[in-house]
Amino acid sequence: MSTATGTVHPMLKAKRRRETLRNLAFLSPWLIGFTVFFAYPLVSTVYFSFMKYDGFAAPTWNGAKNWSYVFNDYPFFWPALRNTLWLVVVMVSLRVVFGLGIGLLITKIKTAPGLFRTAFYLPYLAPPVAATMAFAFLLNPGTGPVNHLLGDLALPQPGWFNDPGWSKPALTLLALWGIGDLMVIFMAALLDVPKEQYEAAELDGAGPWSRFRYVTLPNISPIVMFAVVTGVIQTMQYYTQPLVAGKVASGVIGGSGQQFEPGYPDKSTLTLPQLVYNLGFQRFDTGSACVIALVLFALAMMFTALLMRRRSGFLSAED
Amino acid sequence: MSRLTKAAAAIAATAAISLLASACTGSSESAANDDPNKDVTITFWHGWSAPSEVKAINANIKAFEKVHPNIHVKVQGNITDDKINQALRAGGAGAPDVVSSFTTDNVGKFCSSKAFADLSPFLKKSGIDPAKTFPTAMLEYTQFEGNRCSLPLLGDAYGLYYNKDAFKAAGITSPPRTMSEFKADAVKLTKTKSDSYSQLGFMPDFHGYESTTTHLSAQWSPTYFDKNGKSNVSKDPAFASMFNWQQDMVKALGGFTKLEKYRTTFGDEWDAKNPFQTGQVAMAIDGEWRAGMAEDAGVKFPIGVAPFPVPDDQAASYGKGYVTGTIIGIANTSAKKNAAWELVKYMTTDTDAVVSFANAIHNVPSTYAALKSPKLSTDPAFQTFVKIAQNPGSNTTPPSVNGGTYQLTLQDFGYAYESGKQTDLTAGLKGVDTQVDKDIAQAK
Repeated sequence: MSTATGTVHPMLKAKRRRETLRNLAFLSPWLIGFTVFFAYPLVSTVYFSFMKYDGFAAPTWNGAKNWSYVFNDYPFFWPALRNTLWLVVVMVSLRVVFGLGIGLLITKIKTAPGLFRTAFYLPYLAPPVAATMAFAFLLNPGTGPVNHLLGDLALPQPGWFNDPGWSKPALTLLALWGIGDLMVIFMAALLDVPKEQYEAAELDGAGPWSRFRYVTLPNISPIVMFAVVTGVIQTMQYYTQPLVAGKVASGVIGGSGQQFEPGYPDKSTLTLPQLVYNLGFQRFDTGSACVIALVLFALAMMFTALLMRRRSGFLSAED
Repeated sequence: MSRLTKAAAAIAATAAISLLASACTGSSESAANDDPNKDVTITFWHGWSAPSEVKAINANIKAFEKVHPNIHVKVQGNITDDKINQALRAGGAGAPDVVSSFTTDNVGKFCSSKAFADLSPFLKKSGIDPAKTFPTAMLEYTQFEGNRCSLPLLGDAYGLYYNKDAFKAAGITSPPRTMSEFKADAVKLTKTKSDSYSQLGFMPDFHGYESTTTHLSAQWSPTYFDKNGKSNVSKDPAFASMFNWQQDMVKALGGFTKLEKYRTTFGDEWDAKNPFQTGQVAMAIDGEWRAGMAEDAGVKFPIGVAPFPVPDDQAASYGKGYVTGTIIGIANTSAKKNAAWELVKYMTTDTDAVVSFANAIHNVPSTYAALKSPKLSTDPAFQTFVKIAQNPGSNTTPPSVNGGTYQLTLQDFGYAYESGKQTDLTAGLKGVDTQVDKDIAQAK
């Protein structure tokens, strides 16, 4: 509101200021969190990516050398990037499909549904290190029961974690085994689909596939979107399982004069977070580690933006 | 929808970037002006975790406290190098004063970054001449470019372990001394069973636990860096010879694929199912600790120990081997450096302390005086390793500014070469040189 001369009344001004301050006060927990846990690390990471910094001496300007080193001279970067992208595309897709499939199955089960829900959810609770070690044991090409069984059935016996061609599929199997998180989310979404829509579709002569395509999917599409986005983010941070699988399968745990080979076998289990740790915490090259962290950030943003652009395909009928 | 995506993006960004946030801290150097005669408590971090080892190190510390009643030592065991790295960078009250590490690989980083204090002034003050006190190879791996930031705290030597029963059954009367004898014996000792083995003479693959590129290369006395600090791998024929020998061994023993498949049947290196202890392999390269471990595992067959064979054209150098060991230093952030030095000096140079600790944990003593001590264990197997450690031809992997990165590069090439992924040895070794030089340039 303005006076006839165009100036704001002082009382109104004071009221607006009070409102702004009150809004800021309500927002302050988020603002503080955003600044401390997002803005500051982001700005610091960009800053350190141009600095030479080993954590002991003060940082010194290094120009674009860290960037050049990571992209041109660091032999683990491109294999790790390829692996990360492979896992994002294949593992995330399969997890979403499998999680949805198990969710559908569980919602249809009438006998002892609690038992089945528990059985499918339990693997998700297994600690990642223990689960990976168990898988490495089960899938050991020489002594593991899985290959023994495949051998008895006269089927090919893959090298699993010891074969560069099979190590990522083996990791995917491990991820599918621990599908409990997605199963629960999809199950909740599926139970939330209005029953009358199915009934109406059935009256219109829709078969199972049509009911799934035109009723279930549009209703749960926000959850599918959520599963894909969080899956991409989790896979970008995939560290423990490939590291443990590589270490157990290689048999080399490192020690005096023994260098642990990252990404065994043949760099096939190397992921970008492993490089962040290797460079930042083991080689004291904070600058190059920051470069990789920024690449991860850029990739996460890119995938999210891509998913956003394709969001129409995910939107529910009501959106 | 857009909120969800924005939140997801924010989470991704935060998670990715906050990985680094905790690394971006600093530490400061403090002068050695504390009074070591005052009542003081210092913190000592080490990596030993086995009960017998912890008992031995605690006994060592007790003996030190008896000699220095005013210095109390707070001991923290089972510490890994990653923890050490971060504690040294973070500094603060919780950081250690004295640190020991099982690997020599990080000495270059510790010295060049000044994470460890330079010990030269302390050695001078105490009248200790390192060259007259510690064996040459051990002196080499505890300094970097003239900065003596650590000292050896016992050592490890690598040699040949062999199954005496398997030798007898194969008609072999003495351990091989040259690589050609070794190859012949390994073939004789190998027994195939369908498409695998019931006994393998030797596991030559670089993943075969201790049969790494660096451990095997030591038998050719390699020079990793030239006088300008540049990688020397393609110029020193030692490396090409080692790779050719290994390739030859792989072929003679059945080929890479068959050997790798057999390797997947091996148990863990550090438990009772070690393939040498189970009889799956008849000969192995390993450190002095294996004899004690085999005994603890209740191995039924008699075990022989000898220096690892040498190349035929270096037969006169038989007796040498790869040596390495535990190192100890003082954190530069320590405000009690003089008191810390008293502990380091005691543990590394007091002959009785070194000998009793070496006897207790079956490691090679790290001073000339301790190596000659009559109190040192006279066990023949142990004495074999003591002799390897003393052999003037024994050598180690030199410290580098970026730790063991150059070893990793060489080893990585080794994996590619043995698997046939990389076939051109000369080009491959040149590639190793290029990569090592690039990594070092980045670290400097």
